[in-house]
Amino acid sequence: MRSASTAVLVAVGLCFAGAATAQEKEVLIAWQCDRTGPTQIVGVVYCPAIQDYIDLINSKGGVEGYKIKSSELDNEYKVPQAVEEYERQKQMGAVSMMIYGTPQAQALNQKLVEDKIPGTSPGFGISASADGTRFPYLFPIAATYWSQAAGAIQFIKEKLGGSLKGKKIAYVYYDNPAGHEPLPVLEDLQKIEGFEMRSFAVPPPGVEMGAQVLDIAQRYRPDFVINHLFGRSPSVAVKEYKRAGYPLSKVIGLVWASAEADILAAGGWAVAEGYHTLQFAGAGDDYPIRQEIKAMYKAQGKEPPKGMDDTVIYNRAILNTALHVEAIRNAIKATGGRKPTGEDVKKGFEQIHDFTLGGLFPPLKITPEDHEGGGWVQIFQVKGGKFVKETDWFRGYPEVVAAAVKKAE
Amino acid sequence: MFHRESGVFKTSYAADMALYPLPITKWAAAAFAGLFIVLAPLTLGEYYISILDLILIAVVGALGLNILVGYTGQISIGHGAFMSVGAYTAANLVVHLHAPFWVTIPAGGLMAALIGAVVGIPSLRIKGIYLAIATLAAQLIIEWTINHVPAISGGVQASIQVPRPSLFGTQLKSQTQLYLFLMAFAVLAIVATSNLVRSRIGRAFVAVRDQDIAAEIIGINTFRYKLWAFAISSFYAGVTGVLYTYYLGIANYEQFQINVSIDYLAMVIIGGLGSILGSILGAIFVTLLPIATRWFLESFGGLIFSQADLANIIPNLRLILFGGLIIFFLVVEPEGLNRLWRNIRNYFRVWPFSY
Repeated sequence: MRSASTAVLVAVGLCFAGAATAQEKEVLIAWQCDRTGPTQIVGVVYCPAIQDYIDLINSKGGVEGYKIKSSELDNEYKVPQAVEEYERQKQMGAVSMMIYGTPQAQALNQKLVEDKIPGTSPGFGISASADGTRFPYLFPIAATYWSQAAGAIQFIKEKLGGSLKGKKIAYVYYDNPAGHEPLPVLEDLQKIEGFEMRSFAVPPPGVEMGAQVLDIAQRYRPDFVINHLFGRSPSVAVKEYKRAGYPLSKVIGLVWASAEADILAAGGWAVAEGYHTLQFAGAGDDYPIRQEIKAMYKAQGKEPPKGMDDTVIYNRAILNTALHVEAIRNAIKATGGRKPTGEDVKKGFEQIHDFTLGGLFPPLKITPEDHEGGGWVQIFQVKGGKFVKETDWFRGYPEVVAAAVKKAE
Repeated sequence: MFHRESGVFKTSYAADMALYPLPITKWAAAAFAGLFIVLAPLTLGEYYISILDLILIAVVGALGLNILVGYTGQISIGHGAFMSVGAYTAANLVVHLHAPFWVTIPAGGLMAALIGAVVGIPSLRIKGIYLAIATLAAQLIIEWTINHVPAISGGVQASIQVPRPSLFGTQLKSQTQLYLFLMAFAVLAIVATSNLVRSRIGRAFVAVRDQDIAAEIIGINTFRYKLWAFAISSFYAGVTGVLYTYYLGIANYEQFQINVSIDYLAMVIIGGLGSILGSILGAIFVTLLPIATRWFLESFGGLIFSQADLANIIPNLRLILFGGLIIFFLVVEPEGLNRLWRNIRNYFRVWPFSY
């Protein structure tokens, strides 16, 4: 039986070998993306969006004469699957990878270094990986959980009149490592700003939080609430705040609690009126790149996909993909037209500077030391049936976050 | 494995308990060893070796669970949690004491065995589905503890980076090196299990499984042997966790959640309860099936669906196929792949003179 399975493996191998022969002028971007599993609510919008952007680049002639080839695999949010798929995409010759999921980012980190392939984890993953010297091949490329928490506190401070002394803040979090991650930074900020904070854990899968919300609304009565939730739980939270009579204009959601899908699942825009959302890529439709993608679909005689209406997630996928393409562009320029390796693309990422695609991205500055690009965030508020920009791009307490990154060594 | 004896000629207990019932068995085992230890790493590419690596890790875990569920008849859905106990024990030893792998692997196993024996205590009073719930509680308690005790988890992220194991001064980095490293432990686990089930302890396990009151009457201390079963099974789980930690270079409890326990239970049920070959087949089946179905869909899905739809269809259809194939194999042979294999063997044993 074992020999039979080897025979199958060999047969499978022959088929793959046929598919893997790359043509001359092509570079492969590989991504893992879950259209199934616990995070499919994000994936069903996120994964096709990546392909849309790559199609757009290829329809304009590719990058510096190279066509972008793509490989998408679904890991069902399971780590063994992610490892197997990583090995496969490596074998296919991927020069850069998009990771999907925090445990997956942790599991693949060491392999990325060994194989010299840069991987990105925008908005999730390991906060300490902002430090490019310790995590040379892992690129958060967008605000990590630490920068997000700091950004939220900065925003709350401005909202509450410039001082947090004696104010009460409730931190509602999904009870897993990603949920815990902002806590050290929040505690540091608590010492600096002198506010009172209480954290409320929501046990997975996070669809039952009546008790926590009641506790917040009736007993603790904070001046502001930070929501750090995932999957279905953000919509449940919004619904519960509404029911308990806690004003949503005093709630801010971190990046995975702030998409259109969450608002709609909570009962629609009217229910969530006033809710603040923190973003690492712009929300809404008013960006030239989105019009270009729509035009591309129109030119093919097709309707733009429905996923584009979920602008928050769609735009994040654009951010991730565009930075990969940009890194490859930098890499090809640097190598003088030679096909770039993973190492070249890593250096390409580290040259990305002020690439904002018409304001969709913050003014990132990725360097060999800072793989986060500054930790920029922007706040949007639910107002009259859409997300309305409340602030410009800003960085919350960059020195506090930098100190936390340093301390994590 | 491939031998065909012409009848039952065993006249002593020693012959019945022999590891190799016929000389040809020894040769078959040697041939397998040659194929997988020498030939496979030389001929297969890195990607295929990485799949074999995942299978080898799963084999160790499935063997352990089969000792408990298949041989002793005590159901457990806390196997994933015992793996995390092993993983974090090893990770902490490596980080704080720079312990080498030949210390951390037994240490992780022993710690898991200790916790497993404690979790096994309810098995003395309850059975079947009730015990399943008790072990489920253990899974949740262990998960919660690791998630909330920084002394174990190494901080709020609950993940500890671990350098790859080194042997004689060289760090085992490539997939092939790790393959040989994991193979050593998988072989050890297979040999240990096949010796265990032939021994007095193994026979006591089977007696407890078949009828624990009868076992008690013939003088088997069920209290002791049930706890032994939990401890041994958890030892295997702990070792699996450590191997996994070394393979990935990180200990993270999110890799050992309840769905992992269910996956391992699926392996031993699909493979065949109470059989070593079954555990191996089950581990191969559950690890390889998602890969094989995806490959199948990628190769032939393009004939029916457009390329853009395919990206959406493959992951979903893969789940459906995975579930469907499990049902199919269990309907064809409820006793698992091992029984299916034995049926095939028995058919050919007398072939072509079946009457």
